[in-house]
Amino acid sequence: MSSEVVRRPRPKGAGAAPFRSLMWRFPWLRPLLLLAPPMAWFVFVYLASLVLLLISAFWSIDPFTTQVVQVWNTNNFQTILSDPTYRTIIGRTAGLAGLVTITDVVLAFPLAFFMAKVASRRVQSLLFAAVLLPLWASYLARVYAWILILNHSGVLNWSLQSIGLPSANIGYTNTAMWLVFSYIWLPFMIIPTYAALERVPDSLLEAAADLGARRWRSTLDVLLPLALPGVVAGSIFTFSLTLGDYITPILVGGAGSQFIGNVVYNNVGIANNIPFAAALATVPVVIMAVYLLVAQRLGAFEAL
Amino acid sequence: MGSTASGPGSWARWGCFAAAATIALTACGSSNTPSGSTLTQPPTAKTAPQTSIGAGEGQLNLVLWDGYADKSWVDPFTAATGCKVNQHPAGSSDEMVSLMKDGGGGNWDMVSASGDADLRLIYSGDVKPMNTALIPDWTNFQPLFQAPSFNTINGVHYGISLQWGPNTLLYSTKKFVNPPTSWSVIYDPANKGLVTVPDNPIQIADAALYLSKTKPSLGIKDPYELTKPQFDAAVALLKAQQPLIKKYWALATDEISLFQNGDVTVGAAWPYQTIQLKLAGAAVNDTIPTEGATGWADTWMLATKATHPNCAYLWTKWVSTPKVQAMQALSFGETPVNTKACAEMEALQAGSCAQYHADAPGSYFDTIKFWKTPIAQCADGTNTCIPYADWVSAWTTIKG
Amino acid sequence: MSVGFWTRMALRAWTALILLFLFIPILLIFFYAFNTSNIESWPIPGLTTKWFGSTWNDPDVRAALLLSVQVGLAATALALLLGSCAAFAIHRASFFGRDAVSLLFVLPLALPGIITGIALNAFFSFGGINLSIWTIIVGHATFCMVVVYNNVLARLRRTQGSLIEAAMDLGANGFQLFRDVTLPLISTAVVAGAMLAFALSFDEVIVTTFTAGAQKTLPIWIFGQIRHGILLPEVNVVVSFVILVTIIPVVIAARLTGGGGTARVPAAR
Repeated sequence: MSSEVVRRPRPKGAGAAPFRSLMWRFPWLRPLLLLAPPMAWFVFVYLASLVLLLISAFWSIDPFTTQVVQVWNTNNFQTILSDPTYRTIIGRTAGLAGLVTITDVVLAFPLAFFMAKVASRRVQSLLFAAVLLPLWASYLARVYAWILILNHSGVLNWSLQSIGLPSANIGYTNTAMWLVFSYIWLPFMIIPTYAALERVPDSLLEAAADLGARRWRSTLDVLLPLALPGVVAGSIFTFSLTLGDYITPILVGGAGSQFIGNVVYNNVGIANNIPFAAALATVPVVIMAVYLLVAQRLGAFEAL
Repeated sequence: MGSTASGPGSWARWGCFAAAATIALTACGSSNTPSGSTLTQPPTAKTAPQTSIGAGEGQLNLVLWDGYADKSWVDPFTAATGCKVNQHPAGSSDEMVSLMKDGGGGNWDMVSASGDADLRLIYSGDVKPMNTALIPDWTNFQPLFQAPSFNTINGVHYGISLQWGPNTLLYSTKKFVNPPTSWSVIYDPANKGLVTVPDNPIQIADAALYLSKTKPSLGIKDPYELTKPQFDAAVALLKAQQPLIKKYWALATDEISLFQNGDVTVGAAWPYQTIQLKLAGAAVNDTIPTEGATGWADTWMLATKATHPNCAYLWTKWVSTPKVQAMQALSFGETPVNTKACAEMEALQAGSCAQYHADAPGSYFDTIKFWKTPIAQCADGTNTCIPYADWVSAWTTIKG
Repeated sequence: MSVGFWTRMALRAWTALILLFLFIPILLIFFYAFNTSNIESWPIPGLTTKWFGSTWNDPDVRAALLLSVQVGLAATALALLLGSCAAFAIHRASFFGRDAVSLLFVLPLALPGIITGIALNAFFSFGGINLSIWTIIVGHATFCMVVVYNNVLARLRRTQGSLIEAAMDLGANGFQLFRDVTLPLISTAVVAGAMLAFALSFDEVIVTTFTAGAQKTLPIWIFGQIRHGILLPEVNVVVSFVILVTIIPVVIAARLTGGGGTARVPAAR
C-alpha cells in the first residue's frame, strides 16, 4: 500500500498494464465488461424465455393430443377479449391487487413512520427483525393457517361468539382472499416505506414545523413526497405478487374466486394449453409494464 | 447461444409441426371411420414391450395420485428390489397429462393415470405398450379390467389396471337426518352456500348423468359423449349450481376441511374423504344415489422415455399382488381390480370386501359410468360430440 | 423526531396491532405442531409431541430441506456474482439505454412469478433441457440476482464516489480498490441482499413448480402435504423449526443493516 501511495497515475496509454491502459483509453469498457455476464444471463435466459412465451401465444393446440400446433393465429386473444368470463377474472384480479396494495399502504405507513422516526434504535432494529421474520415462515403454511382462522368454526368466529358478536362467514370468499393477500405481502410494503422514511432528515421535518405550519400539515406535506418512492416501490411488490398468485385463491378462495394465475396455471399444468396460457399471461405483463413505467417516473426504482 | 438455439430449435419446430399435423390428420381419419372397424393406431403401437424383467435400476420416478405409494407397501418393495421410489403427486388428470408430455421427458417412469387421461396419453405417444405376461396377477383381474377400452386399443395394452372407485355423494348426518338418495341435493337452492363439488371439468359428466335420468327428453345415453344441446344443458345446470357452491374443492384435503369445520354439509366426493372424516370423528356418510354415479379406474402406464423400465415392471407386478391391492384399497378407499384381493381385504378389515364391491358381479359395473376422455367422435361415428378442450373452457366459465 | 404524546401512543398501539396481525398465524403454526389430529380444526382436539419424532425420522423432510438449502446457496452465489456486476455497471455508467437496462433488471421481481415460471418452463422444454436441480437454480437465480442488484446499487448510490476516485488518484489498482475501499463500503448491503435472496429462494413455490422435475424443495413438499393432509402436522413442525433456526441470524442482520435504513426489499414469487 505504501509504495502505491507515492506513485502517480501513469500517463494515458503508457505502462506495463495494457489492460489497465485500455480501461483508461476507453472508460466505457469497464462497465461494459461488468455488464456483460448479467446481461448475457438476462438476454439469453430470461428475455429469450419471455419472447418464446409471447410467440407461443399466437399458436394453438390440437384439442385431442394437446400437442402445440405452430400455426400463427390470434384466436387465443379473441377468446380472451370476447368471453365475458375472462374480463370478469381479469377485473377481479387487478381490482383485488389494487385493493390489497391500498390496504397495505394504510397498514404499513404508520408502522413504518413509527419505526423510522419515533422508535429508539434498539426498538427499531427489533421491529425490523419482526417484520422480516414472517418471510421465513413458509408462505404456504401461513396461508393455510388462515383457513383455520376464517372457516365456519374457526378462530375468528369462535372469538366473535365468545364476546357475544354474530359470526362472520368470510371463509372461502373474496373477502378472505383480500385479507390473506394483505397479510402475506405486508412486509414487502413495510420495508421500502420504512427505508424511504428513514432517509428523510429529521431536520427537514423540524424546519417545516418551525415555519409555523400545523404539525400534521407540515409532517405530511414534507414527508409524503419524500416517502412516495418507497411506497410506490412497495406497491410494485404487493400489486405484482397479488396479480400473479394462484395458490391463495386455491386455498382460501370460494366459488367465484378464479384469478388470472389460476386460469394460466390450469392451462399450463392442467389442460396443457400453453398457447392460451401464454396469451392470458400477457395481460399481467401489460398491466405491470404500465405500472413500472409510471413507477420509474416517480423514482421508485431508486427505492426498490 | 443464440445461433445454436435457433438452429436445432427451428428443426425441432418443424418436426413438432409435422408430427402434430400427422396426428391431426390421423385423428381426422379415425373420426371419419365408422365405429366397429379398427381404431387409429397410437404412435407407440409398434413399440415391442420388453419380454423379461431385468435387474432393477435403483430408482423409480412416479407421477401418481396422493397415497398411491404409501410407505406401508413402498418400503417392502424398495427393500426387496432396491428400487427407490420418488413420487410426484398430481392434482388432477390434466396435470398428469401435462407432466407426462414428451414421453415423461426422461423425468418420469410411470403414471397412475385415470380413465379420463388415458386416451390422451396413448394418442400423444407419451406412454408405450406393456407386456401383461410379465404381471402374473393380471390373469386374476376382473375381466372388465384386463383389457378395458380406456387403456387397451386394438388388443394392445398401454398399461395395467390398478384400482377403481365411484364418485359418491358425501353428506353431513347432522344436517341430513334422512339420508339423501338423489344427486338433486347438490342442485337444490335450499342448500345454498353449503355445497362442494370437485374442481374438475369432468364434473360436467356428473351433471349430464343426473340430466340423463331427470330430463330423459335430452336423450343423454353416455355422459362423456354429449351433443351440443346436451352439453349446453349440463353446463346450464352447473352454472345455476355455482351460487350454491361454497368452494370447488381442488384437493381432497379441501373437502375434508370443509366438512370438518362445518362450512359445507353436502358434496360430491371420493370414498377417501369419507374414510378420513370418519377417522377424525366427523358426522358424515356417503352414498351412491339412485341416478348412479360416475367413477374412475386407474392404470399404471409406462412412459415412452422411461429410464427405469425394470423397476417400473417390478413395481407394477408388486402393486398387482392381492396383498398390496388390498392395502391400497383400504388406505385410499377404492376397489382392487384383482379378484383375489377380496380375502386379503377381509383379513385387514372384516366386511370391507363387500363394502367396496370388490366381489361385485359384472352387472354392477353398469351402474358406474367410468371416466373417459370426451372426444369429438360419438359412438354412432358422427363428429357431433363436444371434445375435452371445450369441456375445459366451459368449466372456467362455470366457475366464473 | 419529536411527536406529541397522543400521537406516540396511537403509533405504538397501531404497531402492536400490526405485529399481532403478522404473528397470530405464525403462533397458530407453532401451536398446531402439537395437534393430535392431522385435520386442523379449532379448538385443537388434543396435544401430542409425536409429530416431532416422526418429522425428525422422515427421510422426505430431510431430503427436501437439504435440497432447498442447496438450491438457496447456489442461487444466492450466482445472484451475488451477477447482481453485483450489474449494480457496479449501472452505477458507473451513463450510456444510452441505461434506463431501459435498469428497467430490465427489475423485471424478474416486478413480473408475477407465474410468468417467469411458465416462460422458463417453455424455454427449457423448447431447448430440450431436462428439468433438474439446475433448472430450479437458474429460475431462482434470475430473481435473486435482482435482490442483490437492488441492495448493492442502493448502497453505491449513497457512497461518495469521491472516495473511490481518491483511491484511484492515489494509484490503487482495480483489485486493491475493490478489496480496500469498495468491499468494506458495500459489505453489509451484500450480506443483506444475500440473506434476502436466500430467504426468497428458500420459500419459493411458483417458479419452482414450473422449473422442478422430480425434485422436491421444502415448499413443494409442504404443498404436497397440504394436498394430501396425512402428515399435515409435520409441516407445522418443519416450519416452526425453520423459524426458530432463523430468528438469530435475522435479528443480527437487522442490527447490521436495518438501523441504517439501507434495507432493500426483496421478492419475487
